[in-house]
Formats: sequence, structure tokens, C-alpha cells
Amino acid sequence: MQRTEKQEFTTSRGTRFMGISLLLGIPTLLIFSFFLSPADDNMDDAVRLIYVHVPMAIFAYVAIITTGIGSVFYLWKKSRWWDTVAHASAEIGLILCGLVLVTGSIWGRPTWNTWWEWGDVRLVTTLVLFLMILGYLALRQVPANPDLKAKRASVVGIIAAVNIPIVNRSVEWWENNTLHQKSSLTDGKLENLTLFTLFLGFIVVGISFLWLMTHRFRVGWLATEIETDGIAGVIEERLSEGSFEDGNPNYQRKDEVQ
Amino acid sequence: MLRDAWLVTKKDLLIELRSRILINQIAPYTLLILVLFGFALDADTETLRDTGPGLFWVSTLLVAILAIQRSVDVETSDSAIDRLMLSGISPTSIYIGKTIGLYLQLIILEALLFVVMVVLFDMSVVNYPLVIVSAIVTTLAISSSGTLYGVIASGLGVRETLLPVLFLPVLAPAVIGATRTFGDAFGRVNADGWAWLGLLSVIAIVYTLVGMLTYGNIIEDT
Repeated sequence: MQRTEKQEFTTSRGTRFMGISLLLGIPTLLIFSFFLSPADDNMDDAVRLIYVHVPMAIFAYVAIITTGIGSVFYLWKKSRWWDTVAHASAEIGLILCGLVLVTGSIWGRPTWNTWWEWGDVRLVTTLVLFLMILGYLALRQVPANPDLKAKRASVVGIIAAVNIPIVNRSVEWWENNTLHQKSSLTDGKLENLTLFTLFLGFIVVGISFLWLMTHRFRVGWLATEIETDGIAGVIEERLSEGSFEDGNPNYQRKDEVQ
Repeated sequence: MLRDAWLVTKKDLLIELRSRILINQIAPYTLLILVLFGFALDADTETLRDTGPGLFWVSTLLVAILAIQRSVDVETSDSAIDRLMLSGISPTSIYIGKTIGLYLQLIILEALLFVVMVVLFDMSVVNYPLVIVSAIVTTLAISSSGTLYGVIASGLGVRETLLPVLFLPVLAPAVIGATRTFGDAFGRVNADGWAWLGLLSVIAIVYTLVGMLTYGNIIEDT
């Protein structure tokens, strides 16, 4: 199979557009977060973490749901495309979950006077989600038949996605056992510039997610192509070794071989 | 389907009864864990009473890993699973059967663990129904996910290390809920054990359903 020059790269017009948007969006978000939006009456400057913490938490869920959907479709359609989507999304989900935990801890220190609170169900379950994705990726790294790995990872991915409602609704289920406040967005507590900056945060983190997802998917897809084309390539190479017309010096006719 | 499942359960239990690995090796390991916790916590009875519910479920999980590996070994050694699949029993029935087999083994180990913990840690139960229902539901969550994850981690050459990495995080929410429920049943924490039981039930049902739906996809490659 001939591979075109274009397939050697993971860039496209779409990803360039997203990259340029991020180059403009990230500094804008920083300016709004640190200089233009007001400090909170209760949380003071610590509230500024909301502009990245909340969007990252939401997109961590989106990433893991995407992994779950990709896993279901893989088991259903047996398509490597869906498996690559699931794998790519899980890696980004792991990074986002990790960043949510780090920013949550940094936020927790001035707000709740602790880096980590075991009694907070949402914090603990986010950690559990992080560890589950870590397990999913550990399974993906095991040297084994790609189809076998994909099938098993799909089941792990589905269970990770199914766990998200437990994480998300935990605040409402066990109010007495969590330090987390109820969602400020749905309560309508945020106003004007704070709300605008938060939505800007959602857009920036959302584009970052899409940008990373597209690139990681394309890298994964190229790896899949190498896996499949690799075998075909080796066979082709072996066949060409036996081709006298190619002027192969190692070629020996059958009757010459003793 | 259930009749086939019961056949698989009986087969697993019969193998355990004959090999006696559960009684001779896994049960002593269970007791050893509790004794070591006692040493680690300076034999302070009050601390042991406070942490007893958590130690109980951590011990159960550690023991469950051994029981799961044993349950998978029975099928993978000598390619027994191929014969089981050729017998015409559906993968769902195999899953249910193996889950029930593992469930019954874990219940026996938990009963032993419970008695030893009550004696060694000098604990008193204030709500027996909560202890029993909590153990029934949590063990279902452990055995249903354990049966599934045991197969997922098998045949890759890294089962011993991969199984805990995959299995323990999945059971973490169940351990949190079960510890709170036991804590309430032992009168050690101020929590509504029955409310936590709701979470445990959701986890048990979800894991069982996912297991029933997906087991067939992975068992054929074991």
C-alpha cells in the first residue's frame, strides 16, 4: 500500500485552526481570570481556579464518556476506528482527571484548609476514576494481540464510563459527607464577568480537548496502520526478496538451493 | 440459563471441595491479614475497633484477588474453558455460574473473617440485619466484577500484576460504601448505613449487568 505524504502528519486545516484559536484563547482566558474578573467574597482569589477546574472536570467526564461510547461501538461493530477513539480519549481523560485533582487540591487548601479530604466523596471518586483510567491504559500497554487487547480494554472502558454518574451525582446523594458546594452554575450564583470567564474557560478547555483528541487519534490511527500495513509490508518485502527481476543479489533459484 | 449456571457453580465448588485450596491456603491468609493489621496498629483495641470495618473490607478484597485468580486458573489450565464453551453452555450462563461460585466462596471467607475480627478486635454489633444485607450486596459487587476482571487480566502473561490494578479501583466505591455501612452497623461512625446500601446495590446491579452483557466478548479469547 502506497502511503501519501499527507498521511505522515497529524496536522490538517482544522487542527491548525484549533491551534491558532488556542494561541489566542489561552492568553485571553488568563487575562480575564487574573485581572478582569472579580475576587469572590468568601473564597477571595482562590475562586479564579474555577475557570479551569470546572471545565477540566466536565471535559474529563466527556473524555471518559467518549471512551465508553467508543468501547461500546468497538464491541458492536468490531471497528478499529472506534477502538482508536476510545484509546485516544482515555489518555486525554487521564490527563484531565489528574489536572482536576491537582487544581482541586490547590483550591481546597485556602478554601477548606486542607490539601486532601477523604470525607469528600466527589474528590475521592474522581481519584478512583483516575485510577480506573490508569488501569485501562496499563491494559493497553500490555504486549498482546491488538484485537484481544481492544476487546478487553473496551469492557474496562465501559465500566469506567458507567461509574461517572456515581461520581457526578455524589454531591446530591451524600450531602452530609462532602465538602463540595452545590453546582454554582445551576444555582445561578455566578454573574456577569465571572460567568463570562467561566464560559470562556469552557470554550478554551473544549478546543484543547478537541485539538488533543484529533492529534492523538491520528497518531493512534497511524500506529494501527503500521500494525496492519506492517505485516503486509513484510510479506511484500519477503516476496520481493525472491524476485529475480528486481536484481536481488540474495535471490537463488529453487534448483540452486541445496 | 440458570440451570446451566448452577452446573458451572457446582463444578467450581466441587473442584474447591476436592482441592481444599480455599480452606487450606486462602482462609489462613485471611486470618494472617487481620493479625498483621493488629500488629501494624500497635494492638490498640480502640483503634482496631474504629478501623475494623475498613480493615474487614480491605482484607476481603485482598482475599478476593486470590479467589478470583483461583477461579480463572480452574478454567485456563488444560484449556478447560474450551471444553466448557464447546459444551453449549452460553457465556452468560458461564458468567453467572462462576459469579455465584465465587460469591459463595467469598461469603464463607467473610463469615470466618467476621468472627475472627469480632473476637480479636473485641467488637460488638449493634445492627445485625445491616451487617448481613451489606455483606450480601457488597459481595455480589465483588464477585460480579471479579469474575469479569479475572478473565480480562488472564492470558496476557501479566495477570498477577494487572488484576489488582484493574480490579481494586473498580471496587473502591464499594469499599467506601461497605465500610460506612459496617461502621454504622458496629456503631463506630455516624452514618446512615441503609442509605449507603443504596449505592452498594447500584454498583452490584450495574457490574452484574455489564458482566452479563460483555463476558461473551472476552471469554472466547481466553
